Amino acid sequence: MGMQPQGTETAARAAQIVEALRGVEGPLLPILHGLQEEFGHVPAEALPVVAEALNLSRAEVHGVVTFYHDFRREPGGRHVLKLCRAEACQSMGAEAIARQVQEALGIGFHETAADGSVTLEPVYCLGLCACAPSAMLDGEPIGRLDAATVAEIAAEVRR
Amino acid sequence: MSLIHETDYGTPAPAAERKVTLTIDGASVTVPEGTSVMRAAMEAGVEIPKLCATDMLDAFGSCRVCLVEIEGRGGTPASCTTPVADGMAVRTTSERLERLRRGVMELYLSDHPAGRGEQAGTGQSEFDRLAGEMGLSGSRYGTDGRNHVAPGEGSLNVDYLARDASNPYFEYDPAQCIVCSRCVRACEEVQGTFALTIAGRGFESRMVASMNEDFIESECVSCGACVQACPTDALREKSVLEMGMPERSVVTTCAYCGVGCSFKAEMRGEDVVRMVPYKDGKANHGHSCVKGRFAFGYATHRDRIVKPMIRERVTDPWREVTWEEALAHTAAEFRRIQHRYGRGAVGGITSSRCTNEETYLVQKLVRQGFGNNNVDTCARVCHSPTGYGLGQAFGTSAGTQDFDSVDHADVIVIIGANPAAAHPVFASRMKRRLRQGAKLIVVDPRRTELVRAPHVEAAYHLPLKPGTNVAVITAMAHVIVTEGLFDEAFIRERCDWDEFQDYAAFAAEARNSPEEVEKFSGVPAQAIRGAARLYATGGNGAIYYGLGVTEHSQGSTAVMAIANLAMLTGNIGRPGVGVNPLRGQNNVQGSCDMGSFPHELPGYRHISGEATRAIYESLWGVKLDEEPGLRIPNMLDAAVEGSFKGLYVQGEDILQSDPDTRHVSAGLAAMECVVVHDLFLNETARFAHVFLPGSTFLEKDGTFTNAERRINRVRKVMEPRARYADWEATQELARALGLDWSYGHPGEIMDEIAATTPTFAGVTYDLLDREGSVQWPCNDKAPLGTPVMHVDGFVRGRGRFIRTDYIATDEKTGPRFPLLLTTGRILSQYNVGAQTRRTENVVWHDEDVLEIHPHDAEQRGIRQGDLVRLTSRAGETTLRAEITDKVAPGVVYTTFHHPDTQANVVTTDYSDWATNCPEYKVTAVQVAPTNGPSEWQRDYEAFSRRSRRIARPAEAARATEAAE
Repeated sequence: MGMQPQGTETAARAAQIVEALRGVEGPLLPILHGLQEEFGHVPAEALPVVAEALNLSRAEVHGVVTFYHDFRREPGGRHVLKLCRAEACQSMGAEAIARQVQEALGIGFHETAADGSVTLEPVYCLGLCACAPSAMLDGEPIGRLDAATVAEIAAEVRR
Repeated sequence: MSLIHETDYGTPAPAAERKVTLTIDGASVTVPEGTSVMRAAMEAGVEIPKLCATDMLDAFGSCRVCLVEIEGRGGTPASCTTPVADGMAVRTTSERLERLRRGVMELYLSDHPAGRGEQAGTGQSEFDRLAGEMGLSGSRYGTDGRNHVAPGEGSLNVDYLARDASNPYFEYDPAQCIVCSRCVRACEEVQGTFALTIAGRGFESRMVASMNEDFIESECVSCGACVQACPTDALREKSVLEMGMPERSVVTTCAYCGVGCSFKAEMRGEDVVRMVPYKDGKANHGHSCVKGRFAFGYATHRDRIVKPMIRERVTDPWREVTWEEALAHTAAEFRRIQHRYGRGAVGGITSSRCTNEETYLVQKLVRQGFGNNNVDTCARVCHSPTGYGLGQAFGTSAGTQDFDSVDHADVIVIIGANPAAAHPVFASRMKRRLRQGAKLIVVDPRRTELVRAPHVEAAYHLPLKPGTNVAVITAMAHVIVTEGLFDEAFIRERCDWDEFQDYAAFAAEARNSPEEVEKFSGVPAQAIRGAARLYATGGNGAIYYGLGVTEHSQGSTAVMAIANLAMLTGNIGRPGVGVNPLRGQNNVQGSCDMGSFPHELPGYRHISGEATRAIYESLWGVKLDEEPGLRIPNMLDAAVEGSFKGLYVQGEDILQSDPDTRHVSAGLAAMECVVVHDLFLNETARFAHVFLPGSTFLEKDGTFTNAERRINRVRKVMEPRARYADWEATQELARALGLDWSYGHPGEIMDEIAATTPTFAGVTYDLLDREGSVQWPCNDKAPLGTPVMHVDGFVRGRGRFIRTDYIATDEKTGPRFPLLLTTGRILSQYNVGAQTRRTENVVWHDEDVLEIHPHDAEQRGIRQGDLVRLTSRAGETTLRAEITDKVAPGVVYTTFHHPDTQANVVTTDYSDWATNCPEYKVTAVQVAPTNGPSEWQRDYEAFSRRSRRIARPAEAARATEAAE
């Protein structure tokens, strides 16, 4: 087998991201965000690389990564939909929207569609309360969700 | 005797001078500013309930059971995180507080296995006790709903994590964890390894090792701090789970390294359940490492020999005999040998593993009983250059500081030592100081752990070529002298100015400049300059060094070079500075103090001194030989020549630990009576005619002196398995030789030491019991001992600068032997491994490996894990290769813990010019792939199988008949 094992390649790409960001103040979180951007999740193989570079223990890095739900441990879908379930959105009907979204996408929270198209995640406040109920699709905020926008989102991610 | 319960004050004592007075439940109490309310209450005798607080760790405030009411303040603050204030009035009990605490405890109980047993631990943890005190057996909330407890038969619990029993000594049962973070904080604050974390958040929070790995695979170094910190049974010693909670405890001193940690030996009957570090121990302050904490199983290992044995020839099987027969036989043999070959034909070797009292008796036996000075000790092969070098420069043969001094150091210099592996508890202290901001300089051929570890990074690592210590250290002096960084006021006041000028002129010579030294040491000149400037100008500079300094042909010179650096910069005589040898063995300092060297009586007084001899001559009633006796290598030389025939070796394995194994074995083979007094049939015992079974540190009373000159008590916790403690066996041997010894207790031996040795004049067992420990000198001038030496002046008067010319060792690389071998240690194993190899510690290190740089490995076609042949001019051995860039190209490294590797077959017989300390740290070698063990290893294996036979009774009877 001439191919490099996957872990080595991940580690090498991770090392580049670490190198680019290690100089910033409080570099751990920016690096973790960078990894998630690069890989779509924070791969476990990358964490020892981060620990070594920042002179932290593997345990410390693991503790930080697992503390933040925003850091995915597994690869997600091609699209990521974050649906706000916090109080303001709830008061504007977010629970009903949540049911519609799950139905439209055919998946529950924390799940990825079988075709890999989309991952659905709950989020607790996007700071978009004025436009509740709100969501975020691939980093784009979406306000005033209703049945029509849910259908649009479903069509968008299936494309 | 009962179990010692140490008071837990909940939070550490602050260092503040200013006092604050407050009332707690109406009683007035005065404590230092910065003390927590919890600690102040405990000092006033009021124990506030707590779970996440312990005085080994900073306050955390997470468990919410230590709530109190403070007059004039709202709410119920946590007493652990609330500092005291003047006039504060605290209430620790009230109906409201009770209700709140019970509520919190009930929540914990709703997610915790009940009772005791397989799934619920000992039922005697801090958590269990607290629940019991509150009268809680269950919880209003029941145990339904999501929880982390083990599911019942046939049911599932997705939140349950199975227990992790991968560590040989303790288990982690996540079901019992209350996520108080004490373990995580202990690993960080106390041990400094950062191997544990809390993963997840909220209800999902779980303590995990590294990245949710089994403990054994994780970064954990098994120091035991987390187990000690755990208030539940989530982390618990396996021995406690197997044997039950201990019933009584005795405070004693660890018998591994020179740190000299105090432990509580916690017992059930005659069995040690566990060793728990003692918070009042002044060397370790309640911390431990994997060896002292867990690796005591050798004391009851089946390999231990508990009956005396003799044999005519080393090829005969051993014959078990009574103590009386063994001692009478030994005495008769020694007398016969002395009659036939002369008084000087016998000698003794004292042990750095045994107590001061035992060591004193062995040298006394040699001097009084044998009538010569043929006594030496294993310190010959480790720190004899320290004794000589520091004696010359300062006037005492010991480190200048106590361990606590490191808390005041601003620049820590580690030369030729790997404390993280060899002195782990002190390494944790260093790491803590480094995390507080002290700077680190490491001078070592290898990138040791402290060069870079989580939250610790050396400012300078000088990866010098083995054997160039003197040149590199002198180059640092060159920088200090030529750049005017020396402390003139200190030198004028404390040292001899003329000697300084002579030394300064020498150091300033161009050949000592970093640029010149770079050419053969391999250390970039800029790094040497940077390190020298940092040490000279960075505040308090403290030097710690190890065998990487002493075990060289210029070991003594290197020690003097270090002393010069400290004197140049005024880094002597106050806390935070100094020159500190890290002693390898538990009592290597003590064995040197006790007159184990052939030229010195106890207290480093030369044998030629008439006044000193007179003290002992009048007490012992004999005339002492005024000429120094033979050193170990000289004894072996004399044996090969035929003039030295009998040797009493107490607790040292010279065959494995001394250089040039072939020479040692030839010397031993030429003797007529070799007496080995040890726990096991060690390697030396293969050449022995008499075996006297030894006692472990658990089986005797006495004292050990650690690397900071601290005399710690060793206390007997169980009866000697072989009937006699070592001091008793030596006394019986002395009696068999006709000496009139009648010590009833080691305390009486200490009284004799104190009466005859000025530096120990004030030491008594009463004092040690009262103070816990004292550091010598302890006499009228310093009745409670001396933590820091040379405070107002050097012991010798004026500090002495000595020129330190670099002379390269004769051991040189060349076409046949192009690599340099250096040796060291690993955390889980100790010395030649006689003890640790007989414990579960082998799971971390079951063989010695050869570290080699990828470049050198590639050139030789060596892959990771390959069996390789290591050849030097002296011999060859085989072991497995570990490819790593911890070593520089051209350097290879191994440990010497395992006898089947026999690294000392390879080392040469070059030694320190002043003290004969062998040059273990530099051997020119070649490395090549191989298929099997070396010829020496094969022969030796066959021989050792033969020489270790112990006759079964029938066979023994035949052997006796044959002998008759």
